[in-house]
Amino acid sequence: MLSEAAIKELNEIRQKYPDASAALLPALYIAQREFGYLGADAYEAVSNALGVPKAIARGVGTFYAMYKHKPMGRHVVQLCTNVSCMILGAEKLSDFLKNKYGLEPGGTTPDKRFSLVIMECIGACGTAPAMLLNDDFYENLTEKYIEEILEKYK
Amino acid sequence: MEKVLLKNIDNPNSADINEYKRVGGYRSLPKAFEDKPQEITEMVKKSGLRGRGGAGFPVAMKWLFACADTKFPKYLLCNADEGEPGTFKDRPILEKNPHLLIEGMVISGYAIGAQYGYIYLRGEYPGAYHILNRAIAQAYENNLLGDNILGKGIKFHLVVHRGAGAYICGEETALIESLEGNKGQPRMRPPFPVNVGVFAKPTVVNNVETLSNIPLIIEIGGEEYSKIGSPDCPGLKLYCVSGYVEKPGVYELPMGTILRDIIYKHCGGIKDGKNLKAVIPGGITTPVLPPDKIDCPMDFVNMPKHGSMLGSGAVIVMDETVCLVRVCHRTLKFLEHESCGKCTPCREGTGWLRSILERIENGAGVEGDIELLLSVSGNMLGKTFCPLGDGAASVVQNYIKHFRNEFEEHIKNGECKYE
Repeated sequence: MLSEAAIKELNEIRQKYPDASAALLPALYIAQREFGYLGADAYEAVSNALGVPKAIARGVGTFYAMYKHKPMGRHVVQLCTNVSCMILGAEKLSDFLKNKYGLEPGGTTPDKRFSLVIMECIGACGTAPAMLLNDDFYENLTEKYIEEILEKYK
Repeated sequence: MEKVLLKNIDNPNSADINEYKRVGGYRSLPKAFEDKPQEITEMVKKSGLRGRGGAGFPVAMKWLFACADTKFPKYLLCNADEGEPGTFKDRPILEKNPHLLIEGMVISGYAIGAQYGYIYLRGEYPGAYHILNRAIAQAYENNLLGDNILGKGIKFHLVVHRGAGAYICGEETALIESLEGNKGQPRMRPPFPVNVGVFAKPTVVNNVETLSNIPLIIEIGGEEYSKIGSPDCPGLKLYCVSGYVEKPGVYELPMGTILRDIIYKHCGGIKDGKNLKAVIPGGITTPVLPPDKIDCPMDFVNMPKHGSMLGSGAVIVMDETVCLVRVCHRTLKFLEHESCGKCTPCREGTGWLRSILERIENGAGVEGDIELLLSVSGNMLGKTFCPLGDGAASVVQNYIKHFRNEFEEHIKNGECKYE
């Protein structure tokens, strides 16, 4: 079930489109926020709220990379490894996260503090290597800088 | 020349409406309303403005097609899905100069008779999402959006719609599908979006940078604008440069600036004095160029004559330490991941190309692999539903064309000699 506040938010978003199904992507974001990830309950809630069939909601949800289908850590490290970041050492940073924090691509630390998602380009190529940590951009990354950043997220 | 698209962006408050007005913003809008919509389109036609998203389609032509359709309402969509790896040119407009985009959209909406606009923003720009929403709210408060803009009886409403991480949604019909709440798979054309677009209505899809050029065209007129940059492809262009240069970043320059000058004059040359090995001029799916082929004017008309494409103006510079087999492999890994799965040559082809490249890079390549890559990519070219598959095939063919020896070395030595 979505919370009352979420239903209200969704109804407001719904008004921005001539068609309820157009609110599906925003609705999936809301459900992901409410449930932590998109599982059977989340899809059912979205389907009920918008009148979109569950199969459609799931088909759409699984098409897009930013919807999560398993529980995530409290903070999501989204490291770009596409070409501009790769040639400036992003893959070494991915190894560093694995060796120092036990953080594998697609994995979560045992204390549920961090999850690591390998991203395709995040539009920070001029300041590569770069990552998004939750909604915050961090650029010109080095191992030392990553250590400092992660320290801020408990 | 004074910056237009990136004007005032070093000011920390540049995204605020008052700051935008202080430096001359929202002056083109009332000026545009004095003209008839057809006159605006005529002005844009004279300007020679082409779409800045990558395809370079003449903007006024798209507008005229949409105007000619009698179905209502019409929609104006801003493509802010900037997903072509290497591209970060729209981000400064979205984050630092959102009112320029809004002003451009209101004028464009007026020109094509659209009363509703959506900004399709890539999910990876959460900061821009909040900034745009705040800017839109300010524009409503200032009567620059709404049912009766500036009391002139002109209506335009604007909504930001967040994508969720799919490269293919930068393709305009996939973007429309996604906005409607579907998987982002491209549509068959015809019908074209200008006739049957979002919600089955006439729709114009323009890139962020394209729409942000409109206020300047209104300000100085189409003819003056057409004198900027290349004669056959005029205007301002944002070039975003990454990789091994001294000063990477977004540069606002006249369209048609020579690629070598962008790298050596504007970006300070190759980092740490190393040797240049290769340049990707317009995002990772545009054909790679070797160092002796970079004396080309960076515009939509001239780049194809020099063996590549302007694409999104995303220049990636690679020095002698970069393994190009690895870059080619990474590009195909990306395209395999982003292939929407709708058509077989792309869905299967990207996977096979990635897989062959992977074994070459890992030192397990066998004789005949290069021919196999050429054969697989040759069977994809021209046979895929949308440009993603073609891009994948041409990426592989161009790396082999210019850097075949690197592939051969990997196979012969059974290893990658780069770190």
